Amino acid sequence: MSVKQSTEPATRDRRPGGNRGSWWGRNQKRLVPYLFIAPNMIVFTVFVFVPILFAFYISFNEWSLIGTPQFIGLGNYVEMLGDGQFWRAFYNTLVYTVGTVPGSIALGLLVAVGLNRKLPGLALLRSLFFVPVIISLVAVALIASWMFNDNYGVINAALEALGFEGVPWLSSPVWAMPSLIITTLWIRIGFCMVIYLAALQSIPVELYQAAQVDGATAWRQFRHITWPLLGPTTFLLLILNVIYSLHVFDLIYVMTGGGPGSSTSVLVQYIYQMAFQESQMGYASAVGVVLYLMLLVFTVFQWRMTRQGENV
Amino acid sequence: MSEERISVAEPAQAGSKPRASWHNLKGKNVLIWLLLVAGACVMLFPLYWMFATAIRPRQELFGGEFRLFPSELVWSNFSEAWGKLPFALFYLNSILIAVIAVVATVFINLLAGYTFAKYDFPGRNVLFLLLISTLMIPIQVIMVPEFLIVSALGWVNTYAGVIAPRAAEAFGIFMVRQFMVSIPDELIEAARLDGAGEFKIFWRVILPLSWPVVAVLTIFTFMWRWNDFAWPLVVLQDQAAYTVPLGLNLMKGQFFTDWTGIMSMSLVSILPMLVVFIFFQRYFIQGIASTGIK
Repeated sequence: MSVKQSTEPATRDRRPGGNRGSWWGRNQKRLVPYLFIAPNMIVFTVFVFVPILFAFYISFNEWSLIGTPQFIGLGNYVEMLGDGQFWRAFYNTLVYTVGTVPGSIALGLLVAVGLNRKLPGLALLRSLFFVPVIISLVAVALIASWMFNDNYGVINAALEALGFEGVPWLSSPVWAMPSLIITTLWIRIGFCMVIYLAALQSIPVELYQAAQVDGATAWRQFRHITWPLLGPTTFLLLILNVIYSLHVFDLIYVMTGGGPGSSTSVLVQYIYQMAFQESQMGYASAVGVVLYLMLLVFTVFQWRMTRQGENV
Repeated sequence: MSEERISVAEPAQAGSKPRASWHNLKGKNVLIWLLLVAGACVMLFPLYWMFATAIRPRQELFGGEFRLFPSELVWSNFSEAWGKLPFALFYLNSILIAVIAVVATVFINLLAGYTFAKYDFPGRNVLFLLLISTLMIPIQVIMVPEFLIVSALGWVNTYAGVIAPRAAEAFGIFMVRQFMVSIPDELIEAARLDGAGEFKIFWRVILPLSWPVVAVLTIFTFMWRWNDFAWPLVVLQDQAAYTVPLGLNLMKGQFFTDWTGIMSMSLVSILPMLVVFIFFQRYFIQGIASTGIK
């Protein structure tokens, strides 16, 4: 009893009641869990739950930070329907997602299958493929901007050395998005590879040994053993990659700023622009709500699928 | 019978892996290996190019002649770029933010994850579900209301404004809970019988058993806070409060053609992460492989 009191002085003192020690003693068992999750729940409430509700609320208002918010009902959402810039950002976000997700997963799988063999220098190779994952997106964006530079970039230099013509990567509305997608692949391959590798290593070797006895080719082993068993992993990676692509911001903000024109503007960047450059808090929140709902759908999918994985 | 076989097979498989070596390099494996090495070179090249750009004489950048290797190493490029913007200050800000954030985040998420794993209390499942439902909601999506709250608290341009909103990580709680569920209840019961207080049990009994999850959480929190861009960009508007990524972005805007300076400062900005990665690789890989979060 005395030990309990001495280790919990701060929490005990905050409790109301005349005889604190005995009140605490009686209620401790019930209260301790709530005290332990309190710091977390407070932060969550103030900085996650309240903002989510607040976002819905402001999205029904017109507000420029100055003065009081004016309730305009669905006005912002109606405005969004006719806003070409919004649809451009929406479209670009989808193009970026479609452009990045399948490639990341396919290349990640390819590398993982290769690295799952017993080859020399395996640990080093794995690390090299993984390194881009840990680098800040700002640094990645700057490196890529320099490599894709129209006049002095190493990529155009290489193309020209091979006899091709240089491409106006970041200064052309056609090529800016492919540049961003290629850069994203560089970061995502290692991420997908690590998750696939963990899954590959949990496949029992007996399955392959049995298939070899039956004379199955490497391709047939992959097609009938590896690929089906990797199903849940592929699905997980699909959802994660879609989510990451939908909320892309850092890379595009630094590399192209959404340009040239609005050829690479995406939803989060449009939210940022509306809120912090044009002070349209209500409208920006409405765009945020739309993106939030898109992400929520994917999160629910992902969560249910993780749960399924646990139950099995 | 079959269980027995698997349990025998697994250690053998795991044991032979580190010894994977040059003996296997024959036939089809040679081709696969060469392709992997080539792929790794492609992955590494941007980092090499950053270094090569940072260290070579400026005029070589625009000479029109392609050189894979710098003709000489100009170390003064680094000190020159370092002085153009207050990078020492940006570094200090970044380090303080990352360190404080790690301590706060790891502590409150460990405590909460432990509680969700080992206590039974009314509302537990509802609260846990509520937390998990936010797992994939990035701050970028709710940054407008989030900013309004931070500014109402008077936290614009402060460390608290950057750290506090992201101190509670649903991912952290989730991971800690998954780990601690497997700690035997008997340990906690035994400590209770010995008269240890609840917090003391957490601190003295549970924590020492939880180093792997503490390490993963620490490393990931550090990486996230060190690399953060969008949220600091919103909260830190005064240049004196900038972190390293914000400074780098500023540099691109200000000295658009100074690629030497930009590459040298990019290199300096990723060095801490590279060092952490080299020493704690397996925790990165373990964290990502087990939770699928980057």
